[in-house]
Amino acid sequence: MAVALKRSLAVLVKSLGGPKWWQQASRSVSISASLSRVESPPARADATFKVTMLPGDGVGPELMTAVKDVFKAGDVPVEFDEFHLSEVQNMASEDKLEELLSSMKNNKVAIKGKIHTPMEFKGELASYEMRLRRKLDLFANVVHVNSLPGYSTRHNNLDLVIIREQTEGEYSSLEHESVPGVIECLKIITRAKSRRIAKFAFDYATKKGRNKVTAVHKANIMKLGDGLFLQCCAEVAQLYPKIKYENIIIDNCCMQLVQNPYQFDVLVMPNLYGNIIDNLAAGLVGGAGVVPGESYSAEYAVFETGARHPFAQAVGRNIANPTAMLLSAANMLRHLNLEYHSHMVSDAVKRVIKQGKVRTGDLGGYATSDEFTQAVIANLAV
Amino acid sequence: MLSNMNMPRLAQMQTVTLIPGDGIGPEISSAVVKIFQAANAPVSWEERNVTAIKGPGGRWMIPPDAKESMDRSKIGLKGPLKTPIAAGHPSMNLLLRKTFDLYANVRPCISIEGYKTPYTDVDLVTIRENTEGEYSGIEHQIVDGVVQSIKLITENASRRIAEYAFEYARNNQRSSVTAVHKANIMRMSDGLFLRKCREVAESYKDIKFTEMYLDTVCLNMVQDPTQFDVLVMPNLYGDILSDLCAGLIGGLGVTPSGNIGANGVAIFESVHGTAPDIAGLDLANPTALLLSGVMMLRHMGLHDHAHKIQKACFDTIREKKVLTKDLGGNSKCSEFTADICRRVQDLD
Repeated sequence: MAVALKRSLAVLVKSLGGPKWWQQASRSVSISASLSRVESPPARADATFKVTMLPGDGVGPELMTAVKDVFKAGDVPVEFDEFHLSEVQNMASEDKLEELLSSMKNNKVAIKGKIHTPMEFKGELASYEMRLRRKLDLFANVVHVNSLPGYSTRHNNLDLVIIREQTEGEYSSLEHESVPGVIECLKIITRAKSRRIAKFAFDYATKKGRNKVTAVHKANIMKLGDGLFLQCCAEVAQLYPKIKYENIIIDNCCMQLVQNPYQFDVLVMPNLYGNIIDNLAAGLVGGAGVVPGESYSAEYAVFETGARHPFAQAVGRNIANPTAMLLSAANMLRHLNLEYHSHMVSDAVKRVIKQGKVRTGDLGGYATSDEFTQAVIANLAV
Repeated sequence: MLSNMNMPRLAQMQTVTLIPGDGIGPEISSAVVKIFQAANAPVSWEERNVTAIKGPGGRWMIPPDAKESMDRSKIGLKGPLKTPIAAGHPSMNLLLRKTFDLYANVRPCISIEGYKTPYTDVDLVTIRENTEGEYSGIEHQIVDGVVQSIKLITENASRRIAEYAFEYARNNQRSSVTAVHKANIMRMSDGLFLRKCREVAESYKDIKFTEMYLDTVCLNMVQDPTQFDVLVMPNLYGDILSDLCAGLIGGLGVTPSGNIGANGVAIFESVHGTAPDIAGLDLANPTALLLSGVMMLRHMGLHDHAHKIQKACFDTIREKKVLTKDLGGNSKCSEFTADICRRVQDLD
């Protein structure tokens, strides 16, 4: 079966290079769980959905426990296939990666924590997280930045969507030392991928009823690279006359986000700028513990937190905030068409935060992760 | 040319090359000159123009008299320069950077009492490597539709900027230096930068050295900027972070900036634009250029004068009686300047 999967993926990749990619990419937003080319496991009698779970490093396992507890209490018909892949805990190998990939390709939907990338590298410059993204071609990362009702920050009532291309750009992992003491790192921008992410952004904006898409770039300095990205965005923008299109330079964008973030709606950008803006925007609404995010490819969807940090200093201390992971799990349920359960989970989380009695340390409270999870469970049925 | 008739003590007059710039440049430059005169700062100004000219061999360069003045005085104060589109020559800032090998860009970001932003108590300095990194300008189209930009990190440049950062921290009584990087993703290039920072940190044991990922810095910066002190980083991250920090304290209209070169040359500038729509109407805000001038005085060792002028400026803004339009008032630039001059003289 693995061979059949590999073959079908190869065909998919080849077709993405030519004009057929338009059709492939246009399916990206309305991802349904079935794809005729792949063999699916026999239908289960109890009609639960199978989802791959990858706890990752740092506080990932704790957050996943929170998700599992809430799902169990809420009687959510989802079953998790757990995998443990970690570079820092010496649980990484090619076989594990292959197992994980085949499970993901089978289930089509996954929920994961962050796989920490250590700074030292043994041989391969690309980390496991990067390779996972590339192999599954998870090209679009969407982060929802919404202010939480009941928790006020310096900027309230924010509602942004940040769309980031996450397979090329500065994260090419192509580096070399030309002579000792001089290192080159290549940033790759291609027309195909830029068009793809631009189209994804506009499709997303259309589907969610958004008014404006802003492209973030540094084309005044990187004239060819970001210039190409900008050109692709402008070309795609012409196909969507109802959606306003603007562009802004990355440093000005950062300045505007801290002074007046309300001027933005949907933002689309290449890899590195996406990393910066994701984290900046997460900080605006309350930090890495409250922002959910997901990654899409043409066939798969992976749900995770918006700002991806392993948060190793909180391991074992029961202080991590499960909000981001729970909200992301709720998004996953909506993706699986389990609307009722999705609302149940997200409403419970929002209610707990609004009440303000049980809050973890990052939101200024004193509750532990367990207490927060229990509070969410208590609010589920009501 | 100014003649300081009542020169106090035996302060040596130091020459500074003044580049007024375009747009609102000339009016804010004269505002700064007035204020320095009111403070009796021992500075004599040499005004120069740096519009690019084509030198022998067809290469664009700055006028030789400007270069000669700067090489002699070693200190410059520059207003905003226009970057004409399709003039054929590269940006003026790039030209200046290449001419004087300005390798470090320093931006101190201090919250201005009286100009309220959602972020209070910001007091940090961003030091950015200004010659290489992602802005090396080396790009090419490999095949149609595939573009490659090269980010260059060298050992020498990384070491130089790290040494400057620690020297700056020591000279300005700063307690810690944080290296900002993405060495988990760009393992070789940012790895080299980080290694050099660590090596230099060994010789400066009195300064605390920490390292932080760029995304973590961004996340924490907007939640609690008070945890940062001096930040040192390669070119692109520096560009973004320094503008982010400028946004925290109120924008480019109030942010000073300094560029340090390899041969002891230092050029201090305001980083806002030329604002052609208000040029010549006496509406401009000279704060950014004035604070850059204050930075320059500190660099020259004239700490007393620097402190006086900064205090006068902050007091004027805090009182809110004569503010220019961008600061929320409706006074003229000359009124704002006069108020600061008065305060400076009162402080004497």
